[in-house]
Amino acid sequence: MYAGIDIGSRTIGFVVVSGGQVTYSSIADTGFEPLNTAKNLLTGKYNRIVATGYGRHAARSAFAHRVVTEIKAHAMGAVHIFPSARTILDIGGQDTKVILLNEHGAVIDFQMNDRCSAGTGKFLEVMAAALGYPGIEDFNAAALAGDNGIKISNMCTVFAESEAVSLLHRGIPREDIARALHASVVERTAGMLRRIGFNPPLVFTGGVANNGCIITLLEEKLGTEVLIPPDPQLVGALGAALAAQNDSAVG
Amino acid sequence: MNNYQEMWRTLGLNMEAHDQLLQVLPPTYHDVYLTQANRPQGMEYFDFVVNEIHGLRIQELQEHKKAGGKVIGAFCVFVPEEIVRAAGGICIGLCSGVEIGTAETEKVLPRNICPLIKSFMGFKLGKVCPYFESCDIVVGETTCDGKKKAFEILNDYIPVHVMETPHMKKNRDRRLWLEEVRDFARVVEKATGHTITADNLAKAVQEVNNKRRALQRLAELRKQDPAPISGKDSLLIEQIAMYDDVARFTAKVNALCDELEEKIKAGQGVFPRKTPRVIVTGTPMAIPNWKVPHIIESSGAVIVAEELCTGLRYFENEVAEDGQTKDGLLENLAARYLGINCAVFTPNTGRMDRLLQLVEDYHADGVIHCALSFCDPYAVEANRVEKTLKQHNIPLLKIETGYDQEDSGQLKTRVEAFIEMLG
Repeated sequence: MYAGIDIGSRTIGFVVVSGGQVTYSSIADTGFEPLNTAKNLLTGKYNRIVATGYGRHAARSAFAHRVVTEIKAHAMGAVHIFPSARTILDIGGQDTKVILLNEHGAVIDFQMNDRCSAGTGKFLEVMAAALGYPGIEDFNAAALAGDNGIKISNMCTVFAESEAVSLLHRGIPREDIARALHASVVERTAGMLRRIGFNPPLVFTGGVANNGCIITLLEEKLGTEVLIPPDPQLVGALGAALAAQNDSAVG
Repeated sequence: MNNYQEMWRTLGLNMEAHDQLLQVLPPTYHDVYLTQANRPQGMEYFDFVVNEIHGLRIQELQEHKKAGGKVIGAFCVFVPEEIVRAAGGICIGLCSGVEIGTAETEKVLPRNICPLIKSFMGFKLGKVCPYFESCDIVVGETTCDGKKKAFEILNDYIPVHVMETPHMKKNRDRRLWLEEVRDFARVVEKATGHTITADNLAKAVQEVNNKRRALQRLAELRKQDPAPISGKDSLLIEQIAMYDDVARFTAKVNALCDELEEKIKAGQGVFPRKTPRVIVTGTPMAIPNWKVPHIIESSGAVIVAEELCTGLRYFENEVAEDGQTKDGLLENLAARYLGINCAVFTPNTGRMDRLLQLVEDYHADGVIHCALSFCDPYAVEANRVEKTLKQHNIPLLKIETGYDQEDSGQLKTRVEAFIEMLG
């Protein structure tokens, strides 16, 4: 029984593997006491625990045996699900990462957004609230139904929020603004993918990979199919669990 | 620590702001430096120098001034220290590596400018740097547009002499630079009241060359695996090189090297053998900017060389000592300084060749390119570095960051992922 825990800004993912198979998984909102939330997810006895995500070093001091970065964890998790993967796009709560893999599934290059939350899950959450949608799913559904035609020019979360609100005041339909906000995230993400020179197959992980509108727009923009794992938010935790299992195989 | 309050007051420091600055340093220094494992004994001297950064060294400068000597401050490795020494002056590096006096500085400088420029202006306007306050003149250079223009503003607060550093290395640029070096010699003669002669210049060249040789000796030892000294300690020594007494510093570095040679013989190091080896390149890291090196070395890699101004660019080539006349020596000086691979030059292929050579000589596994935010020459040249290293399959991580700590978590993730990739 090997456990991986991914302590992100928005959620904490937990995966247990045994013999290369997932035997248990769970997910919780990070909340205001990430370490407590993380500890509550640990429900059994594990041979080894590997932590990843922003809270990985805190977890290492508290209960985990080792840490791996989100980049390595997502690479391991994604390759486990899609062995042919050559590029991974991970959009989480506060970070966007693009990871390039070689034919053996090893990381050969990566890029990360700078310190601001432009184009991440947080950006979409703030925009959903600004437009008055009760949840992120309603926001995505509205964007899918919206028309193209307007463009959001600000990528800064706070400025883009002002821009969205001023568009509302100009009488632009809410769905169209929602559409434009999704398109701006896709624009930024596609730019990052092109800058690094991505190769297909492309696997999309992290919470934003649950967003159907982003997936559709991204596939259109890139002209390639985007592979989505069954639980995109748990790929980092899965990678960490696999790292824990590998550790014991080595030593 | 001695009581230097009176000295600081006499220098006109803003005592309250200065106290705050001194309170920030010791805990940072403790966390970054004193917690390292297996540190060489010889680092004690450098710890002492940092501990006395605003104390003993400033007292020495004041004593020098009382005896009629002059203190000249510089911001760049292009300013020939030898000329100042030949005229009996003391040359000290002034660049600053910490955010300070931001509100004051933003009255005279734009908000978005390189943190190094912002910092030196902040130190001067905030009156918190006893080195600045000890200077009779400061010497600027035209190595970037931001500095070039900022020196005009700085001149409102302290006399500034600006040297025009060329941006190419053609024959006419060499002639221009030689003229600038000769001009500088005249400026220094006037400021100090001492004539520069072939004899005193030859002596100064030799003394500064000896300092460079000591630093080269230290750099050479870092080719060993396990690394006998951390990159953080080496950077600290290179930072101190710019303001410490030349002869004393040279002797201490050589003593440290003696110790390191013994350790190498015994197979001892500060990191385990086979630790991933990294070269750091980019914008200078002025004291106390240790952010990125600390992140790198606390993430499981060792820095084996700094292709930086606070590093190899400062000491890697020597001034030819064969000049018989004052003019001959000034020509040798000009030639040495124009050999620096600063990103202000176009083209700057020398830096690319040097990096490739360093990766080979130091058995480096990867290179981390670190540019200060808004530092155009290095941020743009990162593209040339990337292209060159890619052609040779050398892994590269590019970072752009300032003096704040907000991005430490993000930087740590990127550096750790890079090291995982190397391993």
